[in-house]
Amino acid sequence: MSLEQFLQYVLSGVTNGSIYAMAAIGFNIVYNTTGIINFAQGEFAMLGGMTAISLSAFLPLPLAIALSVFLVSLVGALVDFAFIRRLGKPTVLNMIIMTIGLSIAIREVALHIWDEKVRSLPYFTGTEVSSINIFGAYISPQVLWVLGISGIIVAGLALFFRYTLTGRAMRACASNITAARLCGINTRNMVTVSFMLAAAIGALAGCIVSPITQTQYDCGTPLAIKGFTVAILGGLGNSAGAVAGGIVIGLLEAFSISVLPLAYKDAVAITVLLIILFVRPAGLFGKKEAARLKEF
Amino acid sequence: MSLKKVIITLLCGLVMPFAFSCKKTGGDAIKVGAILSQTGPASFLGAPEAKTLQMMADEINSNGGIDGKAIDLIIKDSAGDPEKAISFAKQLIEEEKVFAILGPSTSGESMKIKGICEEAKTILISCAAAEVIVNPVARYVFKTPQNDRLAAERIYDVMKKKGISRIGVVSSNDGFGLAGKEQLEKLAPSKGITIAISEVYDKKATDLTGVLTKLKARGVQAVINWSIVPAQSIVAKNMKQLNMNIPLFQSHGFGNIKYVTEAGAAAEGIIFPASRLLIAESLPEDNPQKAVLVKYKQDYESKFNEDVSTFGGHAYDAMLILTEAVKKAGADSEKVREAIESIKGLAGTGGVFNFSAEDHNGLDINAFEMLTVKGGKFVKYEQ
Repeated sequence: MSLEQFLQYVLSGVTNGSIYAMAAIGFNIVYNTTGIINFAQGEFAMLGGMTAISLSAFLPLPLAIALSVFLVSLVGALVDFAFIRRLGKPTVLNMIIMTIGLSIAIREVALHIWDEKVRSLPYFTGTEVSSINIFGAYISPQVLWVLGISGIIVAGLALFFRYTLTGRAMRACASNITAARLCGINTRNMVTVSFMLAAAIGALAGCIVSPITQTQYDCGTPLAIKGFTVAILGGLGNSAGAVAGGIVIGLLEAFSISVLPLAYKDAVAITVLLIILFVRPAGLFGKKEAARLKEF
Repeated sequence: MSLKKVIITLLCGLVMPFAFSCKKTGGDAIKVGAILSQTGPASFLGAPEAKTLQMMADEINSNGGIDGKAIDLIIKDSAGDPEKAISFAKQLIEEEKVFAILGPSTSGESMKIKGICEEAKTILISCAAAEVIVNPVARYVFKTPQNDRLAAERIYDVMKKKGISRIGVVSSNDGFGLAGKEQLEKLAPSKGITIAISEVYDKKATDLTGVLTKLKARGVQAVINWSIVPAQSIVAKNMKQLNMNIPLFQSHGFGNIKYVTEAGAAAEGIIFPASRLLIAESLPEDNPQKAVLVKYKQDYESKFNEDVSTFGGHAYDAMLILTEAVKKAGADSEKVREAIESIKGLAGTGGVFNFSAEDHNGLDINAFEMLTVKGGKFVKYEQ
C-alpha cells in the first residue's frame, strides 16, 4: 500500500470515528446520570440535521445550526419532563424500553413533518467538488469541520465536567447517585441537563455531517448502533474512551476495506469489539469496579 | 342538542344512504390493489408511485370510469419490507378480492409475491426492474420497468465508444443493486470490458471514500454505480473529494432529479441510461412517447408541486396497461391477462410496450436513452 493510500484510509477512518465518538458521547452523558442507554440518541442527530436544513432556507447557516441545536436540546428536555420524570421508581429495563419507543415515535413524527426524501445542508466551506490535498490524500473541506468541531466538543465537555458546578454535580451523580442526593444535588434536574446536553451534542453532530452523509428521517438508527458499539468499546460512561473507541472502530473499518470486500466492514468492527469485551469486559477504558456497581 | 350537533346528525342522515348504496354497487367497481413502499428506505420509489396511481384513478373515475365501472384503488404501504408485502398480497387477494395488484416497488418484494399471485390467478403488474420477475414467465405476472440487462448494454456501448475497457463496479446490497451487478458481470466479457473490482455496499451507506480509494488504487478508467438508494449522490460527491477525475456511470436508478440536487456540482457529467420522461419537453414532436410523457409530467407536477420521477412513471405504465386491457376485454381476469399479452405499440412513460406470451415486460433496448447531467438538469447524452 502506498503512503497516499495509507493516509487516505487513516483520514477516512478518523472522520467516521469522530462521528461515531460524538454519538457515543451522547450515550455516555445520559448513561452517567441515569444508568440507562438512551436509544433515541440517533434521532436527536437526525432532528438536528433536519431542523437546520429547514431553518437554513431563511436563516444564515451558522444561525440555523445554532437555533436547531437549541431547539433539539429543548426536545431533549421535553423527553425528560414528559416521560422519564413521570416514572415513579423506574427500573432500568422500563426506561430502556421507553427510549426505544421514543426513537420510533420521533422517527415517525419526522416522517410526517418532513417527508421521506433525502436532504442535506450546504457545505460549510467550498462545494461538493472541493478537495484538499494532504500529502497525496484528498479530503473534503467538510471533513476538517467535522474533525475540528468534534475536537472542540470533546475539549469543551472536559472543561465543563471539570470546572463548572453543574458539570461537577453531574459527575457526582455518575459516581454515586445516592451520595450525590445526600450532598444536596438535585439529581432530577441533573437528568434533565444531561438529556439536553446529549440532545444538543447529537444535533450538532447531525448538522456537521449532513453535507457529507445526507439526512433522512430514518438516518438516526444506524448512527445510534455505531455510537452504542463505540460507547461499549470505550467503556460506558467514559468520554475519553468514547473518542478512542470511535477512532479505533473507524480505523478498523477503513483498513478492513483495503484488504477485505466492503461487505465485511461491520463484521470486522463487531468481531474486534467482541474480542475486546472478552478480554476487558468493562471496555477499553472502563473501570472494572465502576462497571460492577452499575445496574448492568 | 346544539345547532352543530343537529347539522351533523342531519348530514349523517343524508350521507348514510349514499354510503350504503356505494357498498351495494361495489360489485360494479373494479377493485385494484397496490402494494407500494410509500415509506421506508425505498420511499423514493413508492411515494411517487402511490401519488401517480391515486391521481390516475381519480381522473378515470371523474371521467366516468372504464365502461361505466369506477376504479376502487386500495393502496397498502409495505415500507419496502418483503414480509409486509406478502401479508398485504394475501389480504388483498383473500379479503378484498381485488381484480389485480399493482406494484410492489422493489424487486425483492415482487419476487416474494410472484408465486402468491400466480397461484391465486390474480394479475400482478410489478413496478420493479429485476428481470427475474418476468423471466421465467409467470402467466399472471407482468412488469413495467425496463430490464437491467438493457441498461447495462447501453452503458457498455457508450464505454466502448469512449475507449474505456477497465472499470470498477459498486452496487448496493439490495435486490436492485445485486441484480444489476449480476447483469454487468455477465455482459462484460462479450462487450470487451474488464471489471477490475466489484464491491457491494450497505444500502444505508453514508460514506464510500474507503471503497472508492480502493477502486482508485486499481487504476480503473471509469466507475459504474448500480443502486437506487441515496448513496448514488454520495458516490458522486466522494469521487470528487478523492480527486477521482474519471467518468461516473450510474444505473437507471439515478433518474430522480433529487439525487442531482443532493450531489450538487458533483453530479455534473454523470452518464446514465433512463426513460425519456426526464427529457420529455425536449423530445422531437414525432416521438411516439412525447404526448403521454408531457401529459403525465404536467399533470403530476401541477398536482403535487414536485418533480416527476421515472419511478412514478412505472406505476403510470402499470395502470395504463391494466386499463387498456380492461377496456378491451372487460373485467374478467383471464381475458384481461390475454389482452395484456396482445398489447402492441402502446406508448407508455418507460417506452413503447409490445407484449407477448413470452415477453411480459414488452420493452426493448430503445426504451432507454443515455442521459447526462448538465447545469443541474438532465439532458440527452451526445457522444
